[in-house]
Amino acid sequence: MSEPAAGSRVLRIPALTRVEGETALRLRVHDGVVAEARLSIYEAPRFFEAFLRGRAHTEPPDLTSRICGICPVAYQLSACRAVEDACGAVVDGQLAALRRLLYCGEWIESQTLHIHLLHAPDFLGHDDVIGLSRSHPGHVERGLRLKQTGNALVELLGGRAIHPVNVRLGGFHRTPAAAELRPFAERLRTALDDAWDTVRWVAGFDFPDAECDADLLALAEPGTYAIESGTPTVLPYDRTLPPRGFPLRDFSDHVKEEQVPHSTALHSRLDGRRHLTGSLARFGVSGHLLSPTALEAAREAGLGDPSRGRGAAGGRTDAVCRNPYKSILVRAVEVLYAVEEALRIIAAYERPARPYVEVPARAGVGHGATEAPRGLLYHRYTLDAAGRVTDACIVPPTAQNQGAIEEDLRRLVQAGLDRGEDSEAELTRLCEHAIRNHDPCISCSAHFLELEIERSPAPPR
Amino acid sequence: MTTPATSRPPSRPRLGVFKFASCDGCQLTLLDCEDELLGIADELEIAHFLEASSDIAPGPYDLSLVEGSVSTPEHVERVRRIRAESRRLVTIGACATAGGVQALRNYADVEEYLAVVYARPDYIATLATSTPISAHVPVDFELRGCPIDRGQLVEVITAFLAGRRPGVPDHSVCFACKRRGNVCVTVAHGTPCLGPVTHAGCGALCPTYGRGCYGCFGPAGTTNLPALVPLMHRDGMDEEAVGRFLHTFNVTAFTTVEEEGPG
Repeated sequence: MSEPAAGSRVLRIPALTRVEGETALRLRVHDGVVAEARLSIYEAPRFFEAFLRGRAHTEPPDLTSRICGICPVAYQLSACRAVEDACGAVVDGQLAALRRLLYCGEWIESQTLHIHLLHAPDFLGHDDVIGLSRSHPGHVERGLRLKQTGNALVELLGGRAIHPVNVRLGGFHRTPAAAELRPFAERLRTALDDAWDTVRWVAGFDFPDAECDADLLALAEPGTYAIESGTPTVLPYDRTLPPRGFPLRDFSDHVKEEQVPHSTALHSRLDGRRHLTGSLARFGVSGHLLSPTALEAAREAGLGDPSRGRGAAGGRTDAVCRNPYKSILVRAVEVLYAVEEALRIIAAYERPARPYVEVPARAGVGHGATEAPRGLLYHRYTLDAAGRVTDACIVPPTAQNQGAIEEDLRRLVQAGLDRGEDSEAELTRLCEHAIRNHDPCISCSAHFLELEIERSPAPPR
Repeated sequence: MTTPATSRPPSRPRLGVFKFASCDGCQLTLLDCEDELLGIADELEIAHFLEASSDIAPGPYDLSLVEGSVSTPEHVERVRRIRAESRRLVTIGACATAGGVQALRNYADVEEYLAVVYARPDYIATLATSTPISAHVPVDFELRGCPIDRGQLVEVITAFLAGRRPGVPDHSVCFACKRRGNVCVTVAHGTPCLGPVTHAGCGALCPTYGRGCYGCFGPAGTTNLPALVPLMHRDGMDEEAVGRFLHTFNVTAFTTVEEEGPG
């Protein structure tokens, strides 16, 4: 702790950890009130949108996967959808089902990584999964097994778990025979038990009362829990306002990005308000569309009954979970859902006649969005007649969530201060936990978090 | 599944994992060693690994795994500090070994790149280049790949613990392809493939999935690029397409091979 300057005190607490990317946090406290919570992402700029210019329309899926090692499939499929949209190609039937299956693999491994390796140690007082494995060995082994199954599914369809090679515009380079996929169902049935046990384990954690003051934004798809496609849909924080949707092509009119001096990541706002994407948003928008087993798991976990009172018109928001600490519960339910969904797709799978549909180049603008594990990921490409990319725009979930995370931090630190949690160690723990509630995934934009607290006047000793 | 870490020897070699400009995929590969992760934690003290642990210990480190390229003024200072604190320094992945995909800026106008991405380029501190770790400090071993291969990573860690050089051969992807029994995609289908000039390690994934290798492991130890280029032209790629094919994930490494011949 540094010496107080006249009338104020600055605390620097190094290292918010177990996140992906480089981030600093600055808190200003006046008279015991948190005046500002500022998340500064200082991930080195990597210029993807710039060097995509001039590339062929076939290249964005492989190139943009390198934005994030934790969710490469999300980048590949958002890129595919945007280019296919620009070129007027439609991927449906078994090819669309295979894409969803691949995405289920990424959801299983990435959400399980988030739950067991990054987030659960917060609830159980450990620094990392290694410490957790000493007090909870069975739970950690189960988590690693589940993660391995998710990775194996991505490897089966994509060749490898990080930056898979088998995705291409229009579908896949090679589709598996049904006989290659079917044996995997056995492994998924074990994973289904593991996913259930994970929900029950996580449901036993201690969840402080808290609420995110943000609108929720997720894709919605008729009849199914949206993953690899859908229409942007907003659940306003103000419960008197109904849910609303907008066409994906209007995304940039609603979600506006702006640059702030303290961050290399662009900040975005939804119709002028802060918003949150990710598990809580998806569960709020599409919870009623979960499978019966996942709904049962949600009810058992204390998340309420999202199927109650939901009609075709969208719905009531009384079963919407806005407690950021409980995002781990929703994540566990989503893993269970993804395992079931993978089983369903494999059971119905028949190898399509061709591994991909042609996506002939043409001039145009295309929009693509999918539900990355951490939230809605939007791509837009402008192509010239030869199919060259002339403009690219990528809006990752992390950039969208920053405003809501900052507000969350402000509220949670205030509550902590009001409880008398005043030490650097306590506040750092609180802030790290609050960030991991949403998004440990900063490399979309950078990795280490430094907490700086400026107080004026200095608190009494 | 390994036994969880219960009893640890009092003094184990200390591991540091560090990130520069990257996607985190290579350090994630360590967390993806589900079967070996707890065993590795038994053998090595994880002293600094921000993505995995809140328990951060100061150096020195016996083995440092470094991911990502040097691309900001701050990186230049930090990589020297890490080198000074590390007994063995191993780069993991294409970014740390060859500057990565973001080295595409090295052949462009970085001011223009800034203006494309940022409304206020003046807020951003960046170098005009993205360079490998070896351009700044001595490196003990370079592990290739975008991303690295899990098996090769475990080999590097095992070799370190045994005090020997990692057994990572520098032959081309073609060897792995033959071993896997693949039909050659170039010979049989006229599909352009960088397998003949690309470092092995992925297990010849792309040809196995019916596409040409796109060079994500960088150049093999000995390559004959001039012999391969006419084949790519024959199979329908113009000069510009060949250029883009070679110069993506290991842009600087393949450029070096073109200019200076195999290393």
